[in-house]
Amino acid sequence: MNGAQLKEHIERTWPGQASCRLDAEARVNEVTCEPGALAALCGDLFHERGLAFGGLVVEEGREDWQLRYVFYGARDSGWVHVRVTAPLAQSVFPSIAAQAKVFAADWHEREAEDLFGVHFEGHPRLGDFVLHDDVWQEDVQPMRRGFDAATAMNNRLPDADWRPRRVVHESGAFMMPVGPKFSGVTESVHFQLETVGEDVIRSWTRLFYKWRAVEKLAEGKPLEDALLLAERFAATTAFAHGLAFCQAIESIAGASVPARAQTLRVFLAELERLRQHAGAIQEICESTALVVATSQAGLLEEELLRVSGALAGHRYLFGLLAPGGLAADLPGDACRKALAQAAGAVARLDELEGELAISSSFLDRIEEVGVIFPRTAVAYSLVGPVARASNLARDLRRMQPYSRYDAFAFDVPVEEEGDGYARLRVLFAEARQSLRIMQQAAADLEAGEVRAAVTPRPGAALGWAEAPRGATLHWVRLDDAGRVARYRIVTPSFTNWHSFHLAAEKFAFQDFPIILSTFDLSAAENDR
Amino acid sequence: MKWVLSGIRTGIHTTAYPSAEERAAGVTPGLPVGTALGAEAAVLAGRCPTHALEERNGVVTVDYRRCVHCYRCRPALAWRSDYEWAGSGAGRGELSGPFLRSTHILVVDAGDCGACLNEVKQLNNPYYNMHRLGFFITPAPRHADVLLVVGPVTDHMRVPLKKIYDAMPTPKRVVAVGACALSGGVFAESFVCGKGASTLLPVDVEVPGNPPPPLAILHGLLVAVGRKPPATLASGSAG
Repeated sequence: MNGAQLKEHIERTWPGQASCRLDAEARVNEVTCEPGALAALCGDLFHERGLAFGGLVVEEGREDWQLRYVFYGARDSGWVHVRVTAPLAQSVFPSIAAQAKVFAADWHEREAEDLFGVHFEGHPRLGDFVLHDDVWQEDVQPMRRGFDAATAMNNRLPDADWRPRRVVHESGAFMMPVGPKFSGVTESVHFQLETVGEDVIRSWTRLFYKWRAVEKLAEGKPLEDALLLAERFAATTAFAHGLAFCQAIESIAGASVPARAQTLRVFLAELERLRQHAGAIQEICESTALVVATSQAGLLEEELLRVSGALAGHRYLFGLLAPGGLAADLPGDACRKALAQAAGAVARLDELEGELAISSSFLDRIEEVGVIFPRTAVAYSLVGPVARASNLARDLRRMQPYSRYDAFAFDVPVEEEGDGYARLRVLFAEARQSLRIMQQAAADLEAGEVRAAVTPRPGAALGWAEAPRGATLHWVRLDDAGRVARYRIVTPSFTNWHSFHLAAEKFAFQDFPIILSTFDLSAAENDR
Repeated sequence: MKWVLSGIRTGIHTTAYPSAEERAAGVTPGLPVGTALGAEAAVLAGRCPTHALEERNGVVTVDYRRCVHCYRCRPALAWRSDYEWAGSGAGRGELSGPFLRSTHILVVDAGDCGACLNEVKQLNNPYYNMHRLGFFITPAPRHADVLLVVGPVTDHMRVPLKKIYDAMPTPKRVVAVGACALSGGVFAESFVCGKGASTLLPVDVEVPGNPPPPLAILHGLLVAVGRKPPATLASGSAG
């Protein structure tokens, strides 16, 4: 169904309750919807039209709430933004996760309830999400207007009586708490694994230990300072997040980015993907205690970090992006040198893949563990390599091409099994595709400017990118002074972590670190 | 057997540091060097988003604990491309060690963006191979000699961090790694983030950088156990 057909379908099905405004050029259907029709409409888009749920953006206006449910589909159906409004005094909305079974919206509703105090009718489990109940008072709503975000609140003590919620009450059942500090060099996350013996019966993840309130900190900041936050909140995928942010700004300002900058952006984004995938492969090898393979992948990750450092000055590509293009030009020679090194790294990744594929002790540990079924991938609107390993071929570079991805040929690798090994194979295959895109980009570098002038003006827009871990959406609203009024970031780790417990359950304890590594989740990206 | 051969075929890639300088390209993001700029100095200092640059009488000085590599002061300021950046914490001076042989390090993520942690992780890859210098990562506070903190210390991590520190036996050292752990970086100061680890713990060694490259972190660990003298980056205008 294309954008125009979607518009007609919605207006015909909910006459008087939903109206569409189609921006054919931007491929966005903006649907203004009555709260009464919201659940049915979102359910229809998600279940019947097969659109993915991208995220929920809550905005507090002067007098009313504005909730924006973002859906996206294949190229011709484009984006659908379902918008409901209600006066500030009426902060109750239907829960589309509960009422329309759009499970992908579950965590978005929980986050909005925690941070804005908006209630979602029918949602079975609100509270204790971003703000941990044992540390925060009940009445704090930090994303509301007028909340003083600059002053430290370091005066709360944790509640000594707080206990994890246990679900399994069989005799002999016990819970194994893991984290926030666990293992060697890991991010701070807390897992609760419940068991009656060998297998994990229930697993639950407690996140947001690293919540830095980036969305709140960005408010009131000029663009270049907000960009610092966009790059630095999840720095292993800094370029992709910075890119999505810049594209949002460029669409608000109506700026067109010079061709050379577009090509270089693609080149750098793929270099970042290649480096991040090498790192993810290293973690997977490490989780199975395969020492030589860990070292081989570790060498490649460090080499690609050095390639990035030598090319761009910074090993994680900080400081390169600017609204309107790039802050500095990169010489073609340096790009070609980086490309040659990247090609060498990919050749050795191929070798490593071949060696892993005939290592039975490795395959025993990674095959048929941590299975995500294709129907789960759809129900949770999963993204990135995790989705593509479960036969869900979603990739924003292909579905909603941005920058110059349209001009380059590449495949979207898909596997069907949805297990740990399928996810690993997708990482290897994507690394090859990244190199293929980099080769085309380096061959297609035309001389010219790398930065267009951007005059910020009031407005709002969505920027998006296929980050190494999957789709990331950045919603930016600028105020009259050209400063950020609202910044909402949906990250692939947030989306995929929602389904992680399903992969960990029904498997043995010793599989847990392996399943975790094959998901390549980042707590920094999730927590923001 | 296949893996053994594959390992041998790869050869040795390990850096010569600390016995010799590492000169490979891309091992460090660099840091700005303070200098006398005259009338331009105040404008330049004003452009720094984290107030790492300070102007006095036309001279720009750099507080390395705050630099987040935004590169806005380039090319007005020259950038150093070394990596021996680790200094001693406030009032610490040179650390001579109670730690003579192997040292066990506990790494705590107190709100890190992933980059510092990833650079710490690189110390275990063959390029840096921290084991050859007697450094080992441990997950247990009871076994740890050095607490390596990354991140600006978020509210949710304050209590775990303090508990971990208290659970470590003495003598112990605290190494704060990265601009966020030293000053809060781009996240400080807010209702949910502090100004780094020193507000909570006695920091012995400070490693600047956003993130510091693996070699800078390695230097910090060597400083922590008294095998290298601390750098004095922040004192003079010449860096």
